[in-house]
Amino acid sequence: MADGLRAYALIAAMWVRSTMTYRFSFAMTLLSNFVTTGLDFVVILLMFGHVRGLGGFSFAEVAFLYGTTSTSFGLADLLLGQVSRLGRRVRDGTLDTLLVRPAPVLAQVAADRFALRRLGRITQGLVVLVWSLALLDVAWTLPKVLLVPVMVVTGGVLFGSVMVAGAAFQIWAQDGAEVVNAFTYGGNTLLQYPPSVFAGELVRGVVYVVPLAFVNWVPALYVLGRAAPAGLPAWSAFLSPLVAAALCVPAALFWRAGLRAYRSTGS
Amino acid sequence: MDDEHPDGTPPSGRPPLIHLHQVEKVFEVRRGAGLLRREKHQVRAVDGISFQVGRGEMVGYIGPNGAGKSTTIKMLTGILTPSAGRLRVAGIDPSRERTRLASRIGVVFGQRTTLWWDLPLRDSYRLVHRMYRVPDARFRENLDRCVELLDLGALLDVPVRQLSLGQRMRGDIAAALLHDPEVLYLDEPTIGLDVVSKARVRGFLRDLNAERGTTVLLTTHDLTDIEQLCSRVMVIDHGRLMYDGPLSGLHEVGESERTLVVDLERELPPIVLDGARTVRVEGPRQWLVFPAARSAAPLVARLAAEYPLVDLSVREPDIEAVIARMYGEGQAPVPGAADGPAGPGEAAVTGGETPARRPD
Amino acid sequence: MWLYAAVAAGGFRRHATYRMATVAGMFTNTVFGFILAYTYVALWDERPHLGGYDMSEALTYVWIGQALLATTGLMGSSFEEELIERIKTGDIAVDLYRPADLQLWWLAAVYGRAAFQLLARGVVPMAVGSLAFELALPRNPLTWAAFLLSVALGVLVNFAIGYLVALSAFWLLDGAGVVQVAWLSGLFFSGMLLPLTVFPGTLGEVARALPWSSALQVPADVFLERRTGARLAEAYAFQAGWALVLLAGGRVLQAVATRRVVVQGG
Repeated sequence: MADGLRAYALIAAMWVRSTMTYRFSFAMTLLSNFVTTGLDFVVILLMFGHVRGLGGFSFAEVAFLYGTTSTSFGLADLLLGQVSRLGRRVRDGTLDTLLVRPAPVLAQVAADRFALRRLGRITQGLVVLVWSLALLDVAWTLPKVLLVPVMVVTGGVLFGSVMVAGAAFQIWAQDGAEVVNAFTYGGNTLLQYPPSVFAGELVRGVVYVVPLAFVNWVPALYVLGRAAPAGLPAWSAFLSPLVAAALCVPAALFWRAGLRAYRSTGS
Repeated sequence: MDDEHPDGTPPSGRPPLIHLHQVEKVFEVRRGAGLLRREKHQVRAVDGISFQVGRGEMVGYIGPNGAGKSTTIKMLTGILTPSAGRLRVAGIDPSRERTRLASRIGVVFGQRTTLWWDLPLRDSYRLVHRMYRVPDARFRENLDRCVELLDLGALLDVPVRQLSLGQRMRGDIAAALLHDPEVLYLDEPTIGLDVVSKARVRGFLRDLNAERGTTVLLTTHDLTDIEQLCSRVMVIDHGRLMYDGPLSGLHEVGESERTLVVDLERELPPIVLDGARTVRVEGPRQWLVFPAARSAAPLVARLAAEYPLVDLSVREPDIEAVIARMYGEGQAPVPGAADGPAGPGEAAVTGGETPARRPD
Repeated sequence: MWLYAAVAAGGFRRHATYRMATVAGMFTNTVFGFILAYTYVALWDERPHLGGYDMSEALTYVWIGQALLATTGLMGSSFEEELIERIKTGDIAVDLYRPADLQLWWLAAVYGRAAFQLLARGVVPMAVGSLAFELALPRNPLTWAAFLLSVALGVLVNFAIGYLVALSAFWLLDGAGVVQVAWLSGLFFSGMLLPLTVFPGTLGEVARALPWSSALQVPADVFLERRTGARLAEAYAFQAGWALVLLAGGRVLQAVATRRVVVQGG
């Protein structure tokens, strides 16, 4: 674990240093990343140009959902997004070169091409989040206040677990990157809207099967003073750190199994 | 250079650095049969290989494409887990303690780089420095040495993807050596290189082995690599070790032939010469073959004395041809190409028994 | 001409061998189709006839979008990345000296791929969508042909944009960053996230005038029979016009880049 973090930091630092030698280019890509990742929020703005509520949720409430999931997704994407390239690495054989280095493969894959331009998405998510907090009409209590940062971090862990599991999946299915996109990008898009918009089966799937609902829906609905989705009790809002920790376990096991399968089949 | 143990026996009293015993690697391959049906079948890429390599040896590992060379190297580095058998490198089981082994070995894959593709060479080295926890002074010394001997000075700030194949190979070899590995695996280190680059790489490896005592295991298609570098050669085909001994023995055993290409002053009838036979005549040029194990010098001397010679060259048999001759004509495999426990000293041409080759 | 037909056939066959990728893509298109469809239902529940579409037309729009996502290459097509990689490694010098035309060569490959993606990743999500929701399919059978022509022009326009983006790698360092920006802008301005007819005022006018609308908004309107007769001809002219301008731009950039490669000696 310590080895992994150290290797991650070393590789990430190298990439940062190399992009920072071209400051102007970096600033431009950061800015354009900030703007373009916000286009899906522009869609929500445009929608609210026509309606007062979406699935019974106000603009501030939807913005709150958007801000929380986007920031979480941005964090996971910044730190682990590169693992989605694993299928390609298996196909072209470059995974082998990572296996002969004295550092955990996951750290090496995740830190590869580490790009600070991905801060654009996080910043954009945070801006929307702060804006929504200013607009929201919520009776703030201490648990609700604490729940907001906890939500963002645990959401990042949840997305990260899905990304790692998705990378492991690509060891078997080298061309399966798109399936993973359905859960990562798809999950992020889903969580930007209130659960009341979606069919019951879809919501239950996101609560009980792939528990992405704990990224923001479950805790956010508590903050907004609304009933939890899929018939969950109100206190489940505080379960998200536990769910996130629990999801890390199968993700890690799946990753190990994937790596073991690679090393015994060679793909 | 390994005069005391020309047959590949590790120096007495010291345990072998690399030890394989009956190592197997079986792959399950699914093949499309019809539109949806997939048929499974097994491929024995490595089929019961045993050998040992002593510290400081330089061994060539050769065989046709798909013979199992790369699979063996991948098992030795811990990339692949053997299906059966016992394997140790520096006392470590590679597949169990891959990362621990990693800092004690260096690997160069001829076809793909271990360097960071988009970054300058210097950055890759800096990362190796930290990742392998090489002491600063040691790192600087090693880097300076590699930069000088492999002529990398002008390349350090060039992104790897812009390097030519030969430049990249030199860069890769340096990267594999900055942490003072005990073993260096080279998978086709001279493939696609020009003559100058090849010579430079070979010279560097020879010095490395002589001065640092680094153990080197290299796969190659180029017999010249073996001739200039390795006192010992192992031949693998269909996943089985077919030969283990000095290169000269390989020629003997394979009854391989070298070719003399003779340019005469004018067209003449086929040359008649004891110990060689003329296989082709084309105008003033004639081709003579003779056993590869025999020296060419007496033949050349007699030729020069008896014929109006303009020019002459000797062509080495390539490995594919040698191996084809060894096994392609239904001959029994080489004695000593160990099946069963090959203890030190047994893995030589002089061994007595003739193990039967398992049908494929 | 035969050469480019062969390249296109090769592009088709090559993508047909990526069975896993195709199935994975169908799955993702279907998932996104459902997510978008539900948000549209919520939106059109509140405002029936928003953007001039009724509910079933809006839902049809969603599934056409998913069907065309891979076909037109809006979802970041592999060709841009491949071309950028060749530029970065310098292999492009070889391509430039080939007797075939670089732009036509890649265009042919892209058309081959588009044909395959339309069959594989277009039909399945559309079928799933029509089972799950009530869609508005064309009443006039000729509309299907008109739609296909419009899609073909959309592929052309999107290729021309992608070609410009990829050639920018000659001058820019962060190819991946540029591709991502182009990809996200393309998703937004093609109408993939929200029909451009829903965009208000000037933003709507500008978005509808930009080349990206050729990739989805225009073909979708043809499919929904909003563009027939003279309006259909107008739509084709719009797409063809952008295609010409952008392809010409690609030629200019290619010429400049070629000179650069020659000057640098490859």
